[in-house]
Amino acid sequence: MQFFTSRAFPWLFLAAAVVLPLLFASDYRLFQLTMVVVYSIAVLGLNLLTGYNGQVSLGNGAFYAIGAYTTAILMDKLGLPYWATLPFSAVICAGVGFLIGLPALRLGGMYLALTTFALAVATPQLLKYKAFENYTGGVQGVVLDKPDAPFGLPLSQDQWLYLFCLAVGALLFALAMNLVRGRIGRAMRAIRDQPLAAEAMGIDIAMFKTRTFALSAMFTGVAGSLGAITIQFVAPDAFGVPLSLTFFVGMVVGGGASIGGAVMGALFIQFIPNIADEISKAAPGAVYGLLLIAFMFLLPGGLASLIRILSGKKRTA
Amino acid sequence: MDGFIHQIISGIASGGIYASVALALVMIYQATHHVNFAQGEMAMFSTYIALTLIQAGLPYWAAFCITVPVSFVIGALIQRVVMEPLSKAPVLASVGVFIGLLLTFNSVAGWIFTYTLKPFPTPFGEGKPLFGGFVSRHELGSTAITLVVLLSIWAFFRFTKLGLAMRAAAFNPVSSRLVGVPVARMLALGWGLAAGIGAIAGMMVAPVIFLDPNMMAGVLLYAFAGALLGGITNPLGAVIGGFIVGIIENLGGAYVVGTELKLTTALFIIVVVLTVKPAGLFGKTLVSRV
Repeated sequence: MQFFTSRAFPWLFLAAAVVLPLLFASDYRLFQLTMVVVYSIAVLGLNLLTGYNGQVSLGNGAFYAIGAYTTAILMDKLGLPYWATLPFSAVICAGVGFLIGLPALRLGGMYLALTTFALAVATPQLLKYKAFENYTGGVQGVVLDKPDAPFGLPLSQDQWLYLFCLAVGALLFALAMNLVRGRIGRAMRAIRDQPLAAEAMGIDIAMFKTRTFALSAMFTGVAGSLGAITIQFVAPDAFGVPLSLTFFVGMVVGGGASIGGAVMGALFIQFIPNIADEISKAAPGAVYGLLLIAFMFLLPGGLASLIRILSGKKRTA
Repeated sequence: MDGFIHQIISGIASGGIYASVALALVMIYQATHHVNFAQGEMAMFSTYIALTLIQAGLPYWAAFCITVPVSFVIGALIQRVVMEPLSKAPVLASVGVFIGLLLTFNSVAGWIFTYTLKPFPTPFGEGKPLFGGFVSRHELGSTAITLVVLLSIWAFFRFTKLGLAMRAAAFNPVSSRLVGVPVARMLALGWGLAAGIGAIAGMMVAPVIFLDPNMMAGVLLYAFAGALLGGITNPLGAVIGGFIVGIIENLGGAYVVGTELKLTTALFIIVVVLTVKPAGLFGKTLVSRV
């Protein structure tokens, strides 16, 4: 078990993630794995906000939606190539996240959860709103083209898209890892655990909280962009409460204050509902619900903490 | 003008339902400082129980009188089994459990009763609208029921010894325990009452918006908005807030934003209240000791 917490593990994992699916996975499996990458970025965004900084958000699906729609509109209306839409979506989502983070500062714990929950409920309605219909395509949404591999690389569309998402994901994961290991990460955790002590030590709580919100929104927004390119379709009803709660479940199952937990959470939310769906249409919700309660009682640190316990390493995050 | 009056009256009717759910939320908030995200789904589930009983051949009011105590027991059980052990846990844990309950109730209801929209009977008769066509029978009846419920809850807390003990347990658990109030039992009682009130609200709203597992999502949001607007620390305020939100929702939907953005109105109210006056209109400002 020590293997999983060693320094070399992320590199080996990345290498395996690059090579194995290209050799063995069918197109449909590749699509699923691409969505795992997308979800893991989104869950990572929520981990930074909720797990590391202690701000409970039930509405990160709204940022995912903004990212997805930014990409869809830029590709569909302005004809930008898919890769060029990512910086726009990152900047726009970070900006929106910062603005939402401002009132969120005044809301402690429960209230923030409540407000972001309301945001999640309202998102599909806002996306359907008639005034934006020219851009958003209203209820119908926007259909996108699947990108080809560039420079004549001998890869199928699905293989290329998988590698592209993986590259973006690896970049964002490296960013998050460095961030939480350093001064900023310590400050984020200090605010979560002991806000008063943190403030007394000179940490600017308001600044850190709003910027963490912006960062989380940026991660989630980029995930939304990649998700839109992968699914080749955006429509309002895909971005409601269930999506936000799915991210929340992913975070809890994987482990909030953990970078690797985001990948485990993403694997969970991609594959478990498919399996449960075969039992009944209602089963994924029941599995999510019961597991949430079970994790809160038995393993509040998620699967990541299980690995930490098994490898005998002391909890540092 | 007629249309305007009609909007206000149906606003009051739906406001009564939001007020009930808001009251249920406030009762749990006061005692535990938790906002019960599953309140709406619990009410939805109770409404399905009522529908099952009615379909089994029971008269409406018999089903009503069975559903409320059953919901009470379910609510109290949830408090004892699930919430009590987590009473000292961080916010994330309680939010996680509430969301877990929400998802579980929603999917179990979908599993047992399917996701199709079902009509729910009204006990007040279909008949012609009353008072010059302004009020439907159901609106009048459900508002009356809501007012009776709210008044009896108020009387319960104001005039009975048990109500006093519950208020004491919510206000200062440690001192209450010292003078012999069984605080844990009071919390379970509060959850049971909240579930019972929610059940009544569910049965009153179901004939209007039809019954399906996602029926209460919007209602819950308006109830949140109402509770916050009135002040989540003040039950009477939350009730008034619920009525105000009902009227705002109807007038806003008819004249300002259109029906497509109704839920966004609730979000807007929540954000404005929390940023401008977090204590709400009638709540007391919370000061935390450092």
